[in-house]
Amino acid sequence: MTAASESLPHLEKGHAGPHEAHEDIRQYLMFDPKPRGEMNAMVMESMLTTSWKFWVVFGILAFLVATCFIYAWGYMIAEGLWVAGVMRPSYWGIFLVNTVFWIGISHAGTFISAILRVFKAEFRRPFTRAAELMTTFGLIQAGASIFMHLGRVWLAYWLFPIPNVRQLWPNFHSPLMWDLLAITTYILGSTMYLFLPLIPDLAMARDRSTGWRKTFYKILALGFRGTEGEWTHLHTAMNFFAFAIIPVMFSVHTIVSWDFAMAMRPGWSSTVFGPYFVLGALHSGMGAVAVVLFIMRVTMKHMDYFLRAEHFDALGKLMLIVSFAYSYFFFNDYIVQWYGGDRWTDTLLHWLEEGPMAWMFYQLIFLNIALPWLTLWNKKIRQTPWLLALIGLLINLGMYWERYLIVPVMLTINRMPFTWKLYEPRIEIFLTIGTFSLFLLFYLAASRLIPLIPVWEVQEGQMAHSLRKVGKTHLPSVSEVDLTMQ
Amino acid sequence: MGIDLNLVGAKGAIAEEAEGKWGMVIDQDLCTGCQACVAACAMENNLSFVGEEDAGYGRTQHWIRIERFWEGAYPEVKATAFQPMLCQQCGHAPCEPVCPVFATPHSPAQEINLQVYNRCVGTRYCANNCPYQVRSFNWRDYHLEPFHANNVDGQLVYPLHNQFNPDVTVRRRGVMEKCTFCIQRIHQAEDKAKSEGREVHDGEFTTACAQACPANAITFGRMDDHESLVSQLAHQDRGIKHLEELNTLPRITYLKEG
Repeated sequence: MTAASESLPHLEKGHAGPHEAHEDIRQYLMFDPKPRGEMNAMVMESMLTTSWKFWVVFGILAFLVATCFIYAWGYMIAEGLWVAGVMRPSYWGIFLVNTVFWIGISHAGTFISAILRVFKAEFRRPFTRAAELMTTFGLIQAGASIFMHLGRVWLAYWLFPIPNVRQLWPNFHSPLMWDLLAITTYILGSTMYLFLPLIPDLAMARDRSTGWRKTFYKILALGFRGTEGEWTHLHTAMNFFAFAIIPVMFSVHTIVSWDFAMAMRPGWSSTVFGPYFVLGALHSGMGAVAVVLFIMRVTMKHMDYFLRAEHFDALGKLMLIVSFAYSYFFFNDYIVQWYGGDRWTDTLLHWLEEGPMAWMFYQLIFLNIALPWLTLWNKKIRQTPWLLALIGLLINLGMYWERYLIVPVMLTINRMPFTWKLYEPRIEIFLTIGTFSLFLLFYLAASRLIPLIPVWEVQEGQMAHSLRKVGKTHLPSVSEVDLTMQ
Repeated sequence: MGIDLNLVGAKGAIAEEAEGKWGMVIDQDLCTGCQACVAACAMENNLSFVGEEDAGYGRTQHWIRIERFWEGAYPEVKATAFQPMLCQQCGHAPCEPVCPVFATPHSPAQEINLQVYNRCVGTRYCANNCPYQVRSFNWRDYHLEPFHANNVDGQLVYPLHNQFNPDVTVRRRGVMEKCTFCIQRIHQAEDKAKSEGREVHDGEFTTACAQACPANAITFGRMDDHESLVSQLAHQDRGIKHLEELNTLPRITYLKEG
């Protein structure tokens, strides 16, 4: 009998209490402890077991990245932006849609990890890592999409404040400049925040592997041995980053929304865009987490132990709340603009509701608002992983439509009716497939290289949970003592 | 008490007096929509011929365009006056503050909006923020791979793609461009006046579009000289400025319904 299971002796067979709650309680990860060695071995095995199916998917994605990302982008750089669909008046197209979309996806990672960690939400424990990876990998796609968008991408370094002999500096009045700084801050902060909780797991993997993997983990684990001093420092650093990354996360998507809200365009110039974009980002990000968790659970070994109905349930509740908040801002944006009666905004909104893109507008309302409201109140639906993943996927489709409507479609209607023209994506379609493939490829590679489950965090949680006997009933309880909050 | 528009605003744009230095008056009652200004501008400023397909898709490279509209529904359609649209050289230009690399600064000397082709990285934010939609982007190297305008008896006809004005940069792909009020002509006149130790006179030169207009619908000159023709015309009762409500301080006055 190991230390972990000793802390819950009443869960052992033969110690059955007065009611059936005992068997039920084991459906919760925190009350279903496993010996440390066994759990470590499970995570290592999930990382090392690779079937031929994995390599088939990996190969397909690698092929898509090579053709749709590298080749297509290179072709566009060599030929010029005419191979894309951007034109007057939609000078911005899908590249900016992808940027906003990927930053949105990257939001949920930090949200789930940092906010839930700060507020000590216990269900976060097994999937913080998967969510944080989404942040880093999503931001890479967002950054790539911005550079794809540039007319002369080979001069992109002019956007950075690099000292130069002509003393030419970037224009800090430009929202694009703020955007660049915000995204750079976010990518650095979130990568640090991904790395810190990873250190103990890397050390665990180092102690359990041989060959090149041993060297790989040895370098990344920075010599972590698990002494008390190291843990104290690690907790302090993680605590610091968890609090610091939250305002950064809110500011990043607000600043992304300012790219649009600061411009003098009907439909864009809206003061509610900041919070509206933040909530939209969370909405798509939550859905994406559900999809990722479902794929992990289905494809990786032992994941049904770590990712359970309770986690999908909690995630479903979060998705429902975020969808409430999202619709609040959605209607705040559209109703106020519509009521304002500005001539150009009015034209734009009428065109949205009955023009050629009306289908997208109604799908957006259905997928982002109606669908979660109609389904996620139901516990059975929330606890069914594939259903929740499907809803998450559809929400993401809706959020993609939302960004598509905001960028190229809203640009169609401007104050010069002579120039009105609907945007048609061309090479952007391939590059979009390319960024999605690259994102998934990163994830696949990560699933083989780093433990996707934060083992130490799960173990820490299981230690802190216990069943207490109060009178004749058993109460699940969590130790509230937090040594990191000193 | 008026607001001092000469202060450097929070957006970083320098808002001069609404009049500006150089200005233009376009008389829509005289304009026949003949497109001579469009052709002259293309010749003067090395504009690219983009071909039928790109032009149809909204990628025309014109710094001035003739907009035509009609009122009513078929068959009772009534054409409205032609509306030549070009960069309004705003005193308080929305395109200027949004550029992350200062590629579209305001010129304090000429009081017009400049476009620095060499500095442009092609974010196209300026074009998005231009309420007049008068900026055009170089989607490809049109000067390296010229489009033929026509096919006559199996012979491809190219529209003067080797005729370049040496005073004007040929733009490569990926940069934004727009009407400059023929700044090369302004510079020439300024240089000449400087060597003769005097100010540039009104009417000493004019822009290519104004020069080419057969109906004399376009007048260009010194707005700060209240005796000048352009200033006199601009202060008529029938003068309007486009989208003035956006506080862009446009430098072009349109005359209509005289």
